[in-house]
Amino acid sequence: MSDFLTASFLSALIFGGILTGMPLLFASIGETISQRSGVLGMGIEGIMLAGAYFGFAITLYSGHFWLGLVSSIGAGMLMALIVVLFCVRLGMDQIVVGIGVLIFGEGVTSVLQRAQFGTTYPRLEELASVKIPGLSSIPVLGSSVFTQPWIVYIGFALVGVLYWILNFTNVGLNIRAAGEKPEALDASGTSVIFTRGMAVLVAGGLAGLGGGYMSIVGAGIFVPFMTKGIGFIAIVIAMLARGKAVWVITGSFLFGISVSLTTSLQLVGVEIAQDLVNMIPFIAVLAALIIFARGNYLPAALCLPYNREAR
Amino acid sequence: MTETAESNMGLSDNSTKNIFNPTDGAFLKVWNSMLESIAPLLLALIAGGLLLLVLGRNPVTFYGNIIKSGLLNKHGLQDTIIRMAPLLLMAAGLIVAFQASIWNIGGDGQFLLAAALTAGFGPMFMPVLPMWACFVTLFLIGMVAGALSTIVPAILKAKYEINEIISSLMMSFIGINFANLLIKGPFRSTKTLVPQTDVVPFTKLLPSIPLTRIHIGIFIALIFILVVYYVMKNTSLGLKLALLGQNPRAALHAGLNNQRLIIGAFMVSGAFMGLAGTVEILGVWGYMRADWNPNFGLPLFALVFLARLNALATIPLVGFYAVLSIGGHSAARVADLPDDFILIIVGLVLLFMALTEYIQEYRAGKSGKLLNFFRSLKGIKTNE
Repeated sequence: MSDFLTASFLSALIFGGILTGMPLLFASIGETISQRSGVLGMGIEGIMLAGAYFGFAITLYSGHFWLGLVSSIGAGMLMALIVVLFCVRLGMDQIVVGIGVLIFGEGVTSVLQRAQFGTTYPRLEELASVKIPGLSSIPVLGSSVFTQPWIVYIGFALVGVLYWILNFTNVGLNIRAAGEKPEALDASGTSVIFTRGMAVLVAGGLAGLGGGYMSIVGAGIFVPFMTKGIGFIAIVIAMLARGKAVWVITGSFLFGISVSLTTSLQLVGVEIAQDLVNMIPFIAVLAALIIFARGNYLPAALCLPYNREAR
Repeated sequence: MTETAESNMGLSDNSTKNIFNPTDGAFLKVWNSMLESIAPLLLALIAGGLLLLVLGRNPVTFYGNIIKSGLLNKHGLQDTIIRMAPLLLMAAGLIVAFQASIWNIGGDGQFLLAAALTAGFGPMFMPVLPMWACFVTLFLIGMVAGALSTIVPAILKAKYEINEIISSLMMSFIGINFANLLIKGPFRSTKTLVPQTDVVPFTKLLPSIPLTRIHIGIFIALIFILVVYYVMKNTSLGLKLALLGQNPRAALHAGLNNQRLIIGAFMVSGAFMGLAGTVEILGVWGYMRADWNPNFGLPLFALVFLARLNALATIPLVGFYAVLSIGGHSAARVADLPDDFILIIVGLVLLFMALTEYIQEYRAGKSGKLLNFFRSLKGIKTNE
């Protein structure tokens, strides 16, 4: 127990936290954008799996992981297109379509995986880490935060850019208006359908990227159902964060660290039941719901289809 | 409401009486509502077949194998009927919740928690209690476990108007992990290397229909389906739940105790899920292995929606799904695909169902029943 707070323990903890937290961060940013625009992306888990599978397969065959990540984004957007068409354009129920997308995504990736690779699970090469000069020599943080593959740094930058767009630009204002008062957005001459559609597509791309990160950067292999509920956690984080960047990042990495706690504890010889640790994030979310969610926290028009003629 | 309710699958008295008399439109109505349910299924099967073609499998052989080993084969048919028992009970649970517009998404957690408790306590009770007392106790344990695991989302929704989709989902994950903890911890058998519970001897499982392996769980399920159908259709309780579901504010003005109805419906829904878990363990397995999760919950959404929340109409649909999952298992093995192919069909059914509902509304210029139901859920935001 004495070596609880040693540098290697903390470093492993933070490294693991980033590994698990990063895909969640991508997904919950996407989910935030989608929810702010008034669309509850219930199918995000299925979208992530699609991103994970296609990213993995393309990386494996092309050998370029950038190409893989781009195709993860593409696959995610393709799945999101179903949501755009059914929920945004035709105004169908978001939860039913969302569950449809979720189940379809789970099934289709599992089937394609078996059809393509049989019962073998090929492994990708590990990505080279980039040491940021100077910063990487800080104790603890240097070997965890500042020694990561490029995509991690790009991910952080992307998060910043998206938050800037959502909170400080006209586009962001449109997105939030589409979620809070779509009639007002329509009256101002901007299409609600277009705004929501783009928001959902971007969200799908980000969820796909999150999935791709899991299979390409994180695990190096694709296993059916590998997202294990991360998509649902993303939905909750987006709800609880109320569109605040800080909370999305905090929530994602808190989850990541709580997951990596098990493995880190095992490293120092503390055995703790995996199932107990698995429960922690869900209990935390439930507690957060109880404590924080009594206020006004969701966009007013969330889950309500917009129909111009019904006004 | 009443007009659409009567047309459900032709199972209500009015429409069956006039079924062969096309002049008053009843036949057409029945036909239309059958079409509503069957069209999405057919479209999903066709789309799934196209995917099979792309993967280089023969869809005719694949679907043929499903029918052959899920329906025409003696063992397969028995397995199908056995599988229907937990599915019907869970469908009953979903209907109770949906009638009141409660999204109980946590069915899997409630199911597994009850299953774990049954498998854990079963071998302990069997030697001490007479068989019937043992069954009754275990059924009660399962139902209480299922009901109790909905209590947090139920109270949050009833008292604080916190949306239950997320809270029941969180409870589901907690329930799944808690079930595993129980099996790896206090209930772990000392006789096996793999973490699992002690095994209830085969002779002490639920009795079967003579000459078959079909346990009596299917009758329990059918009785509860009938009860749910009757309560929803013919009692004031069913009407109260429907009113609460369609318009909570109107329900309040009508003098209903909304909080009590929400908590009650949620817990009854959970109790059905739990009962399903107990029946599955006592009828089929006799023990539970760690990390066992048949994932019955989500596909049932599609079936219950297709049945338009009509409990009787779920019977053929659940039967269809049971054939699909039992037959699909061996068809998938022959085609060298995973069982998860069925998930594709289920996902597509949900999407095509939404689509047919939309087209119907577009053509008729009015909302279909399902769409009305969805609309009644309004936004998920409840705290104004």
